[in-house]
Amino acid sequence: MFKRMGRKSLFILATLVLVFVTACGNNGNNTTGASPSESPAQSASPSESASPSETAVKLSGNIEIDGSSTVFPVTEAVAEEYKAVQPDVKPAVGVSGTGGGFKRFCAAETAISNASRPIKDEEAALCKDAGVEYTELKIAFDGLSVIVSKDNDFIDSLTLEELVKIFSAESTAKTWKDVRDSFPAEPIAVFSPGADSGTFDYFNEEILDKKGVRKDATFSEDDNTLVTGVAGSKNAIAFFGFAYYEENQDKLKVIPIDGGNGPIEPTFDTIKDGSYAPLSRPIYIYFSKKEYGRAEVKDFVKFYMDNVKTLSAEVGYIPLPDETYDAEKAKL
Amino acid sequence: MKEWKQDDRKRVANRRRMDTTLKLLFLAATSIGILALMVLIIDIVMDGLGHFTPDLFTNYPSRRPSSAGMKSAIVGSIYMLLIILPVSFVFGVGAAIYLEEYAKKNRLTRIFQLNISTLAGVPSIVYGILGLTLFVRWFMLERSLISGAFTMTLLVLPIIIVAAQEALKAVPKARRDASFALGATKWQTVSRSVLPSALPGILTGVILAMSRAIGETAPLVMIGALTYVAFLPEKLTDQFTVIPIQIYNWISRPQTEFHELAAAGIMVLLIMLIIMNITAVLLRNKFQKNI
Repeated sequence: MFKRMGRKSLFILATLVLVFVTACGNNGNNTTGASPSESPAQSASPSESASPSETAVKLSGNIEIDGSSTVFPVTEAVAEEYKAVQPDVKPAVGVSGTGGGFKRFCAAETAISNASRPIKDEEAALCKDAGVEYTELKIAFDGLSVIVSKDNDFIDSLTLEELVKIFSAESTAKTWKDVRDSFPAEPIAVFSPGADSGTFDYFNEEILDKKGVRKDATFSEDDNTLVTGVAGSKNAIAFFGFAYYEENQDKLKVIPIDGGNGPIEPTFDTIKDGSYAPLSRPIYIYFSKKEYGRAEVKDFVKFYMDNVKTLSAEVGYIPLPDETYDAEKAKL
Repeated sequence: MKEWKQDDRKRVANRRRMDTTLKLLFLAATSIGILALMVLIIDIVMDGLGHFTPDLFTNYPSRRPSSAGMKSAIVGSIYMLLIILPVSFVFGVGAAIYLEEYAKKNRLTRIFQLNISTLAGVPSIVYGILGLTLFVRWFMLERSLISGAFTMTLLVLPIIIVAAQEALKAVPKARRDASFALGATKWQTVSRSVLPSALPGILTGVILAMSRAIGETAPLVMIGALTYVAFLPEKLTDQFTVIPIQIYNWISRPQTEFHELAAAGIMVLLIMLIIMNITAVLLRNKFQKNI
């Protein structure tokens, strides 16, 4: 009796395992099925030399990339395009934040680090201790945008001093009236990116003189949370990357910033020509010189710099002027 | 006498009313859960149905929502499950058998027991930190499929052990006594008598633990499952991504199309969960009939 049952249960277990294994086998087949069909095509095209402009050498290997979530869309776009050129090179892109990315980069865990601000001295020291030498490449501009809800009808522009009054941890302003007399006496609701993001770091350094954002602000690493928070409240204000404003123009109003030369609204042109100062910032990738010795990393970085102009514009960032790209490429 | 009767009637009516009120209250309590699930499903399906296409299963992630899919995430989740299932089954059921059948009921066993119950309640992010230290750093397994799977195994082990123990406890003592009376050894008793009758309960526990594992994100974020992975892992040490991480990545993007893609991703995850839970129910029914 028991024996029979034991066998039966074994049988069912076995079928279960089989089902799983076949599911796995299918996927396995998919991989092996897909890659040979791709690879002959890939190896055939250079021999046919139908497209001599393509890189003739077939590369393979993993490229580990991590860092800023602001830069992620650009690197992802590049990685996606690169797959068409070198299908066997596997770039994997993470989003640990600029700070988190440098931590891994300086521990030699990654080959390339995305950054929405330049590397800090203490991070550079970490890299040096670990013997990681690196090169910095500017890849595009981002216009840090200060935004309020579409319903907000009292703010048409803000000066840098007013930004400090609104956001700074040391500010005593409780209501909008404390910021400017013509504003209503409504409480200010501040939304800010979290302290691990490069966006926060940049704003903190450029505008707030490293005093930090006020403690009663709502912090979120997820920019969509900021968008939703601000869109829903007339008295709310936030800052984040230009791409998020662009996608949510129907819900948000961008505030022109007066940096001393009159209020300027962040647009493609004002960010590119630098007149939207001081909130237009360059974004970067860092690559390790040791990893650059690997042919696939070298090729990927080159491909990155050759294509980032069009790709960064496509995902909502502002390309650098051509001569800057040339100068950056000269570092390779 | 008459007054008494009236009083009684009143009291009965009161009790009846009380009864109905409570019944309605409990019904409401039950429906809140179901209602929440319905709202979730309807909301998700409305958002995600347009993107619930074959492309979702066959395409790799992309910056263009129209051609983005979650092939690498789905395959990553399935591979993880395939590693977690046998490992956690062997260790989990093994531990449960030891604790229930072999271990003496002394202070040490009680400490084990307390530890396991505590571990079952530890937040998942803590397992992520443990996995990062243990597998990624000490064992030098890097941020790979195998590190992720082992971390998840640690996460679900306590759940499986507790479930398996409950199932073993439910086997009547008479069964063991009968087996011993026939001259069977301890192992013969456990393997041929106790385990088969406890199996439905154990399997249910294991499958429910698996559905927990495929839905978890936090530990894998710690381990470093990456968000843009346009290849399938071929070795245990390859990098990987899983469904919840892909969903998280899509949700955090500015474009609404990606939010709809995320909804479609949630549909895939929900369907997988429902299939697993149905399997658990079917298995239980199947085995219970035989015993």
